[in-house]
Amino acid sequence: MEARLAAETVFREESGKIIASLIRISGSFDRAEDATQEAFAAALTTWPKSGIPSNPAAWMMTAAHRKLIDQVRRDRTVRDKEDAVRYEIEAFAPSSEPNLEDEPMHLPDDRLRLIFTCCHPALNREGQVALTLRTLGGLTTPEIAKAFLLPEPTLAQRLVRAKRKIQEAHIPYEVPPPESLPERLVSVQAVIYLIFNEGYVAASGEMLIRTDLCAEAIRLARVLRELMPKEPENLGLLALMLLHDSRRAARTREGKLVTLEEQDRSLWDQNEIAEGIAILDDAWKLRQIGPYQLQAAISALHSTAKKSAETDWPQIVAIYGKLFELNPSPVVALNQAVAIAMSSGFAEGLRRIDLLGESGELTNYYLFHAARADILRRLQRPAEAAESYRSALELATNEIERAFLRDRLKGMENLTSRRNHGADGDNF
Amino acid sequence: MRYMFLVYSVESPDIDPATLQSVGEKHREVMNEAAQRGVFESAEPLKPTTTATTVRSNNGQQQLLDGPFAETKEQLAGYYILNCKDLDDAIEWAKKIPTGCKGGEGCIEIRPLHEGLTH
Repeated sequence: MEARLAAETVFREESGKIIASLIRISGSFDRAEDATQEAFAAALTTWPKSGIPSNPAAWMMTAAHRKLIDQVRRDRTVRDKEDAVRYEIEAFAPSSEPNLEDEPMHLPDDRLRLIFTCCHPALNREGQVALTLRTLGGLTTPEIAKAFLLPEPTLAQRLVRAKRKIQEAHIPYEVPPPESLPERLVSVQAVIYLIFNEGYVAASGEMLIRTDLCAEAIRLARVLRELMPKEPENLGLLALMLLHDSRRAARTREGKLVTLEEQDRSLWDQNEIAEGIAILDDAWKLRQIGPYQLQAAISALHSTAKKSAETDWPQIVAIYGKLFELNPSPVVALNQAVAIAMSSGFAEGLRRIDLLGESGELTNYYLFHAARADILRRLQRPAEAAESYRSALELATNEIERAFLRDRLKGMENLTSRRNHGADGDNF
Repeated sequence: MRYMFLVYSVESPDIDPATLQSVGEKHREVMNEAAQRGVFESAEPLKPTTTATTVRSNNGQQQLLDGPFAETKEQLAGYYILNCKDLDDAIEWAKKIPTGCKGGEGCIEIRPLHEGLTH
């Protein structure tokens, strides 16, 4: 049992590294995955009998390497016999004849190549996410399918398609050159953040599995930081996710969404907060601000407020202003308007939000209506607030968020009818 | 006058090898005949659209998309065949190719050719 657990732990931690190295050697994702799986299977049968090796990670790497050599030899024999399969072979990358015996075993980390290839912009987002989790994350296809609430064949199909495109269109297995690095890194960060958000959106009944996605995204961001520690946005992304994640336990109560304002702050994970803030400090020292660092800075201001009323809203407004300079999106402007409502008064906030509404860009964004409703609620204009909650409900899809909006709507409707009754009373 | 012949067909990933071979032979017959009569310029099969990458220009910004994404109002206007190191190299070339007269609207669809199939 202990040996089994050890094998699983080592596999979880090392499989990304092993696969990354075997892909470089063999030029094939499938071969690398198969060999790594076979090595894991070998560990599961060998370790309980002969004991856990003194260096389990090296054992696993060596075993996977041998499995790959066996595989290629097997394939060569078959190929020699059947010249007819030439067509298939031609489709492979030129590196399909690896010089296996010459490969040193513990080269610098190949995971960097792997992460850039998995997140290559010529692959669609779904494929990028699936492939990153499968290869770097070491998650199985059923695990990924479960986490994304998708049927297994759908996910398997995405993986096959992405791998085939890499192979057939010759997407290089390389760290991009300096001139295209910034653009390509943005794609990698976006994939990791998407995995995190997928796990962070509260979904009833699926809590555990989804928490795994958050943990996996944080783990991937740690790998990215380890590999490229001088990229401030890598640090910003990791800090942002840690700070968000620190509030996970407080975000829901009895299956219901709890707003930041109403959260029990004693449930926040102080270790994650401290780590997030320390990483953000390291990022600042690199003197190149970016969207993830700014969002992390906003999150940190929430984290350090002892209670909601002590939140430094003017500072948050200022940071949203900076963020808008880098990313002039209406969503950023909406968030800033909400912060303005909290710092300069609800009436001013409402004026900003209505100004934003004029362009029509946010009409189909449920959080626009929810934010507007919330400010109207605070302004004690329940009838108008109810109307905005209804608009939000028409657009929101997540069940926990819908339940929250319904509760708020009911509250507003009760207030409205009570007021009307009150008015009736006055007339008599 | 030189003419270009664009071959359109339904993609069938699970096509059986025998059919594939017979279609290939028919192509070869046409090519051979064209060569004998001195009119042959070139002909190549493309890999399926699942291997396609589109480079689209939007207000000076260039965007990469996974797949073939020409819009219905956009018509095929020309082609290049370039021998590139890999897809990244091909994408760099695609970015240089002008795609339209009206404010640069348009896109380049990159499709790999089947290496070593016809030569």
